[in-house]
Amino acid sequence: MATGRGFYRSLVGKKIVMGVTGLIWVGFVVGHAAGNLLVFRGPEALNSYSHFLKSTGELLWIVRAVLVVALVLHVIAAVQVTRQSRAARPVGYAKQEHQAATFASRTMRWGGALLLVFIVLHILHFTTGTVRPAGSFSTTDVYANMVTSFRIWWVAFFYVTSMAALGFHLFHGAWSSVRSIGVSPVSADPLKKKVSLGLALFLWLAFTAIPVAIFAGLIG
Amino acid sequence: MTVKLDAKMPTGALAQKWDKHRFEMKLVNPANKRKYSIIIVGSGLAGGAAAATLSELGYDVKCFCFQDSPRRAHSIAAQGGINAAKNYQNDGDSIYRLFYDTIKGGDFRAREGNVYRLAQLSVNIIDQCVAQGVPFAREYGGLLANRSFGGAQVSRTFYARGQTGQQLLLGAYQALERQVARGGVKMFPRTEMLDLVVIDGRARGIITRDLVTGAIESHVADAVVLGTGGYGNVFFLSTNAQGTNATAIWRAYKRGAAFANPCFTQIHPTCIPVSGEYQSKLTLMSESLRNDGRVWVPIKAGDKRAAADIPETDRDYFLERKYPSFGNLAPRDIASRNAKEVCDEGRGVGESGLGVYLDFSDAIKRLGADVIRERYGNLFEMYQRITDENPYQVPMRIYPAVHYTMGGLWVDYNLMSNVDGLHVIGEANFSDHGAYRLGASALMQGLADGYFILPNTLGHYLASNKLDKVDDSHPAFREARTAVDERTNRFLSINGKRTVASFHRELGKVVWDYCGMSRNEAGLRLALEKIPQLRAEFWRDVNVPGSAAELNQALERAGRVADFMELAELMCIDALHRTESCGGHFREESQTPEGEALRDDANFTYAAAWEFAGEGKAPVLNREPLLFENVKLSQRSYK
Amino acid sequence: MNLTLHVWRQAGPDAPGKMVRYEANDISPDMSFLEMLDVVNERLTAEGETPIAFDHDCREGICGACGLMINGIAHGPEKGTATCQLHMRSFSDGAAIYIEPWRARAFPVIRDLAVDRSSLDRIIQAGGFITAATGGSQDANAILVPKENVDDAMDSAACIGCGACAAACPNASASLFTAAKITHLGLLPQGQPERYRRALSMVGRMDLEGFGSCTLHGECQEACPKEISIDTITRMNRDFLRASVTGGRE
Repeated sequence: MATGRGFYRSLVGKKIVMGVTGLIWVGFVVGHAAGNLLVFRGPEALNSYSHFLKSTGELLWIVRAVLVVALVLHVIAAVQVTRQSRAARPVGYAKQEHQAATFASRTMRWGGALLLVFIVLHILHFTTGTVRPAGSFSTTDVYANMVTSFRIWWVAFFYVTSMAALGFHLFHGAWSSVRSIGVSPVSADPLKKKVSLGLALFLWLAFTAIPVAIFAGLIG
Repeated sequence: MTVKLDAKMPTGALAQKWDKHRFEMKLVNPANKRKYSIIIVGSGLAGGAAAATLSELGYDVKCFCFQDSPRRAHSIAAQGGINAAKNYQNDGDSIYRLFYDTIKGGDFRAREGNVYRLAQLSVNIIDQCVAQGVPFAREYGGLLANRSFGGAQVSRTFYARGQTGQQLLLGAYQALERQVARGGVKMFPRTEMLDLVVIDGRARGIITRDLVTGAIESHVADAVVLGTGGYGNVFFLSTNAQGTNATAIWRAYKRGAAFANPCFTQIHPTCIPVSGEYQSKLTLMSESLRNDGRVWVPIKAGDKRAAADIPETDRDYFLERKYPSFGNLAPRDIASRNAKEVCDEGRGVGESGLGVYLDFSDAIKRLGADVIRERYGNLFEMYQRITDENPYQVPMRIYPAVHYTMGGLWVDYNLMSNVDGLHVIGEANFSDHGAYRLGASALMQGLADGYFILPNTLGHYLASNKLDKVDDSHPAFREARTAVDERTNRFLSINGKRTVASFHRELGKVVWDYCGMSRNEAGLRLALEKIPQLRAEFWRDVNVPGSAAELNQALERAGRVADFMELAELMCIDALHRTESCGGHFREESQTPEGEALRDDANFTYAAAWEFAGEGKAPVLNREPLLFENVKLSQRSYK
Repeated sequence: MNLTLHVWRQAGPDAPGKMVRYEANDISPDMSFLEMLDVVNERLTAEGETPIAFDHDCREGICGACGLMINGIAHGPEKGTATCQLHMRSFSDGAAIYIEPWRARAFPVIRDLAVDRSSLDRIIQAGGFITAATGGSQDANAILVPKENVDDAMDSAACIGCGACAAACPNASASLFTAAKITHLGLLPQGQPERYRRALSMVGRMDLEGFGSCTLHGECQEACPKEISIDTITRMNRDFLRASVTGGRE
């Protein structure tokens, strides 16, 4: 009978772990995007939101811990699944035409790696202030941090690129997660990903709008 | 020397025979079963079911199939359904009625006792298959659905869309794989039986070739079971799978097993017509289509108008016209022969003129396209894929094709051949269908043999005989192995000019032309001249490339075709000797004034069991008289 | 029509292989793909070359023996069609056709285009059955099954075990094959007693055989000649998850 290890040892178990952790991150990213959009309502709105988050104390650390654990599990499972899947086809095809796989589904691994790099840099950039492309960093004025950073073209470019990767990753990931964990209802056309497409588009637009608007001088 | 044909029919009333026999048979002590080893060749409905069941009982089973998995046995291709006398529809069915229909369908050339037992067991088969999870069609209330099927006036056919054979086979296959996992069955896929080993008059093993490595191996057992299917591929073009072959039963025949009624072959009326010389097989469209499709041809010969342009008044619904009570559901042989007749009159449709229409437009009008799609959707798709025509819009074109062989190795009531220990089940034997098999009864017979009959009777054989220990160093094994090796090397050393397939195609044409839907003395005599000539040419000029020690599909086929070459001759000999018409065997010399088959009960109420008399010698005819104590022999009428 | 074929030739399981070019001339559009290969093989035999080995049997799309990667698509360009039911009218005159065997660690090549798919049998051995020894079953109509359930079960039970799902999968996963059997049996009342034990052991066996992981590209569903839905995979994962939580007990 399956123990926790037996469960995780199987590829389906790993995929379920990836699905659950992925969905945790989807939830986080949605909240994060909603909060960030406050930037369009001016410095006060954003800064007070940021202040509110920091005031939650232990709760914030619990959320952070959950996210870190989820991320670590997601990445470890992804690496293991990828290795096993590569090993499952030692000799490839001379010619292979994809019939259903999308750009999004085929770039989950590379896009995921880019997102991992992004997350690390993003935390060093906006959370800890370790990386300061604009030279300055304020622990209270999140708005100023954003504006000064996104005025730099390569910072804005890095964020815009990463958010495109996020959109693709989510487009396939949000849809496949609910299938991996076995909760998606029976569908006449299972490959249709309407909800997932809406979610991915919303997040991509929301996260891309901020650096673009700042770089273009529409904000700040 | 002629063999003794004792059917070992239990005495007593028809309905009690099987019960009585089961009580009288000896049992193997449960603790001793694992000490008995059984070889089963073939993994279809009969072989697969037998292997699983014998292993469940505790026997040590080895199962062989030439396919890469037992799940691919050709039973999988049966479309329409399986009969059972459940009388779930309350339409007057009973075990006796199924028995009677089957005996009559076989044109009174089968044993009463065997057929009655088959009808009795049909009920258990459905129960067993449902327990295994076979997804038979159901009504909204959750009860099983039935349909009527060619030649029956009651709805007793159970079905799983158009894939009944597949679902039944997967049920048996899954039971078999459960036993493989348990260790009760050792499976040998991609392995072909090339000879039977008989020691002291008993079947004690087989010689096989591993089709991947080419290794020739000996397998020893206490009993050998052949469930290797029919020999329809003798005709080259048939609805059988490409690999279906007669090698196992033919090798057994040459080791002494009698071959019964080889000329009894079934031509199925609803197949997709031939489209070209390159064609490798014919595709059956389930006979269930005749429930809603109407068969017709133009009244005038040479009418080349499109079907839609031919008005009702210019159409001849010939089955409805000639057989008003059965109409389009007339039995397969009658439907086939009538199709051939109208085509011979020049009224056939399609480019070749070898086809009749099977028209669904009335049914679509009456029931709607959705109902028709629900019933036959996959068959319609298959038809369209092959012919590029949409049967929802234009009528299907169909023509008869070889489908099943009622003949096979002779077996007694215990399904044992005249060689002790050699049991033959399913299509490979001759037991239950007489001269013609009704629709939806092949699956029934395969499973009755495999699940319910053989597991009982085989135990009786083992318990009643003291079997000496033998191993594969026995001279009989060595001799058989040598013979197999020599034969293999002979194929490879001919280095002729013609491919195996070209010989097969030519043989098939001869058999189809002279021993097909209708036969006559002159034609059969001609075939008996042509076949030995072709066989001689084969052994002189065949080209089998490659070596014996590798996967060599040309070599596999050469062996099968070589056996077909011999079997074809026996078929013609049998067809020539049986000067009556019965069931699928239509001798033009023996017909009623209306052109229906005319039996000669006074002279031919027997099974013709042919015995191999040696290379180059005429086979010896043995007759097993058929006794009819319960049914009255009547002219089969479907008017 | 005339075609140029590029066919994978490999003399044996351990021999090196390569793509070899052949011309197939005077091909009728009404031929099936395998009949076209028959014609090529007849010619190769006549010319003293070794014919191309490929698995095939029923040639009516039900036995599951055939299966070729045709121009990079499992079973070729027609949807819901096994290789044997693919007809040459699906190709244009003068076309180049790449023909390769199924590729997966769990499907080692035996020769040319024939592969060993016994891994699929072993997945069934792990639990793809209902334990119901012959005899002793109740009357078939004593078990009521809603029509919708049996229809859905039949959709999954239609699997022919050809292996196209794993061949087409970018991860060489056999999830669709395994899930189809889990779904077929799991939708029926008869399959309930072993439902969770079955999910655990079949999934476990699939990994042991060396198949990859499902990342839901959906390639399997497109390749499947019986058009089995990836919804079955969702169901398999659900049963597996539930089984892992309950330890296989209800």
